[in-house]
Amino acid sequence: MGDINIIFLLAAVIVASTPILLAAIGELVVERAGVLNLGVEGMMITGAVCGYIAGHETSSAVAGFAGAAVGGACVAAIFGVLTLFLLTNQVATGLALTLFGVGLAAMVGQGYSTDTQVLVPKLAIPLLSDIPAIGHIFFKHDLLVYISIALVAAVGYFLRHTRGGLVLRAVGENHEAAHALGYNVRLIRFGAILFGGACAGIGGAYISLVRVPQWTDGITAGAGWIALAIVVFASWKPGRLVAGAYLFGGVTALQLNLQATGLAIPVEYLSMSPYIATIVVLVVLSGSRGPGSLGKTFHASR
Amino acid sequence: MKRRTLLASGAAAALSTAFGAPLRAQEKTKVGFIYVGPINDGGWTQYHHHSAGEMVTHFGDSVELVYQESVPEGPDAERAMTQMALGGADIIFTTSFGFMDPTINVAAKFPNVKFEHATGYKSAENVSTYSARFYEGRAIQGHLTGKMTKTNKVGYIASVPIPEVVRGINSAYLHASKVNPDVEFKIIWIFEWLNPAKEADAAKALIEQGCDVILQHTDSTAPHAAAREAGNVYTFGQAADMAEYGPMPRISSIIDNWAPYYIERVQAVMDGTWTTSNRWDGIGTGMVGIGEISDAVPADIKAEAEAMRDAIADGSYHPFTGPINKQDGSVWLAEGEVADDGALAGLNFYVEGVDGDIPS
Repeated sequence: MGDINIIFLLAAVIVASTPILLAAIGELVVERAGVLNLGVEGMMITGAVCGYIAGHETSSAVAGFAGAAVGGACVAAIFGVLTLFLLTNQVATGLALTLFGVGLAAMVGQGYSTDTQVLVPKLAIPLLSDIPAIGHIFFKHDLLVYISIALVAAVGYFLRHTRGGLVLRAVGENHEAAHALGYNVRLIRFGAILFGGACAGIGGAYISLVRVPQWTDGITAGAGWIALAIVVFASWKPGRLVAGAYLFGGVTALQLNLQATGLAIPVEYLSMSPYIATIVVLVVLSGSRGPGSLGKTFHASR
Repeated sequence: MKRRTLLASGAAAALSTAFGAPLRAQEKTKVGFIYVGPINDGGWTQYHHHSAGEMVTHFGDSVELVYQESVPEGPDAERAMTQMALGGADIIFTTSFGFMDPTINVAAKFPNVKFEHATGYKSAENVSTYSARFYEGRAIQGHLTGKMTKTNKVGYIASVPIPEVVRGINSAYLHASKVNPDVEFKIIWIFEWLNPAKEADAAKALIEQGCDVILQHTDSTAPHAAAREAGNVYTFGQAADMAEYGPMPRISSIIDNWAPYYIERVQAVMDGTWTTSNRWDGIGTGMVGIGEISDAVPADIKAEAEAMRDAIADGSYHPFTGPINKQDGSVWLAEGEVADDGALAGLNFYVEGVDGDIPS
C-alpha cells in the first residue's frame, strides 16, 4: 500500500477544479445580472467540441480556446435572444439549452473521435516553479489554470470596485429601478450572458484539450450542473467560488486517489459531501439571498 | 415524436396485434435498440451499434432499424422502451445491465414484442438474455499484464460493482499472478460506465501510484490518452479495438462482436421461431474478439497469449479452473474443478490475492 503523494494530489485537484471554476465564474456574472441560465452544461459541451475542433484543425491551443469561447458564446446568444427579447421562461429555456447543446456537440463532433491530440503547452513560471513542493503544486500548470484564477480576481474587482460592476449588480437586484435610471437592462444582460457562455465554453475546452484530452460524446458528464451548484454554494461571491470549486474538484480527485492507494473508504459518502456542504451553506447563510431580480423576466412596459 | 404519428403508429400496433402474425409477416421487421451511451463513445455502445448496422446490411430492406442513444438507466428507460414498442418494434434489444428491471416491466405490457436484454439475468416468456464471456478476454489481458509489468503494480479502472466486472478483475488477476506472483492490483471504482474526465483522472492517479499497466472496464479511450502522455504504460482496448492508440500504449483489446447474434435473433423473429433463451458466448463463437497484440509485446509473450486464446476458443482451457481460493482464503474451486456458469453469473467476491472490498 503506497501513501498518497500530497503534492500530486493537490496538483490533480487543481486540474479537476479548473473547468468547473471557469464555468462557475461565468454563471456567477450572469446570475448577478439577474438571469438564471441553467444551460451551463450545454454551453460547456459545445465549448468542448468547438475547442477540440479548432485546436485540432489549427494545432494551436490558443485557437482552440478561442474557438471554445466563441462556440459557448454563440449558444448563449440563443438563450439571450429567447429570454431577453422573446421573453421566454428562463428556467425552461436554460434546460432546453442544455439538451440542445449536448445534441449539437454530438452532431458537430462526429468524425472527431479519439484519434488526435492537441497539446497545450504548460506554462511553468521560472524561479517559482523550482521551489520544492509548492513549485510543483502551484506553478507548473498550463496557462489556463492561472487565467482562471486571474479571471475570478478580475470579476471580483469588477463587481465590487467599478462603475460597470455597480450597474450590473443594480440590474440584477432590481431591473425596474435600473431601467428607471436609464440603464439598458437587456443590453447589459445580453453582455453578461455572452460572457457566461464564453467562460463555460473555455471550461468545457479545458476538459477536451487538457484534462482528458480528446473528444468523446458526453465528455463534460455533468460538470455544468456542479458549476451551477457552486454559484449557490458561494452565495454569489467570487472569493467563495474558488473555495467551492476546489472543494468539489478536490473531493473527486481525493476519492479516486484514495482508491488508488487501496484505502478502504466509503466512496459514496465522499462523493455526496460537497452537495451536503452546499445544503448546509444554504441553511447557514439563509440570510444572504440571491440577486433580487434573479430569474424574473424583464419587460420595460411592465 | 409528434402526437399524430404516435397515435397512428399506436393504431398500427393495435391493428397488427389484432390481426396477428400474418399481417406482420408482409411488413418490414422493425428492430429497436436502446443504448446506454452515445453511438460514437468509442467502446461499448459504438460496438452494439456497429453490430446492429451489420445486421441491417445482412437483411437489407427487410428490416428497419430504430434506436435511441444515451438512455439513462432508470425509470426513463421504461419510457424509451414503451415508446419504441408503441412505435411498432417487433424486437427490442436493451444493451445495458441497468435496463434489466425496466425491460422486464415493459415486456409484461407488450407480450407480442420480443425483448433481448444484454448482460442481465432476468428473463421472461418474451425476454431473452444474452452476454459475452468477457472474462475469457480478461484472462489473456491478465497474462500479458503479468509478463509486461516492470513495477508489478497494475491499475484497474472498474465501473459498476456487478458480477460481470468482478469476474473480469478476478480473471485478469488470476492470470497475471500465475506468471508473476509479485503482481499487485490497484482498483478504482468510478461507478459509471462512461465518464472520460473521471477515467482520465483515475488513470493519472494510478500511474502516479506506480502502475505501469492500466486495465479498464469503462467505455472511453481517455485512460489511453493519459497512458500515452505518461510514456511507459500499457493499456488494453475495451469493447472496441481502440487501435488508434496502438502499438503503444494499447497492446491488445477485447472486442465485442454482437453481429452474428443479432442476425440470428432477428432471423428467428422473421421466421416466427423466436423463443426465450439465455445465451452466453465467448471467444469460441467470436462474440468476444481479441484485438491484434501489438509489436510492443515481445514475440514469445505474444505467442503464449495467442496459444491461450486458442485453448479457450476450442474449450480445452477454462479461465476459472481450480485450485482457486476466495479472498478470505477459503477454497472456492478444488484442484482441476471448473467454475459452473451459475456461480460465475452471480460472482460477488474477489479471489485470493486481490486487495480491498467490492463496494456494495
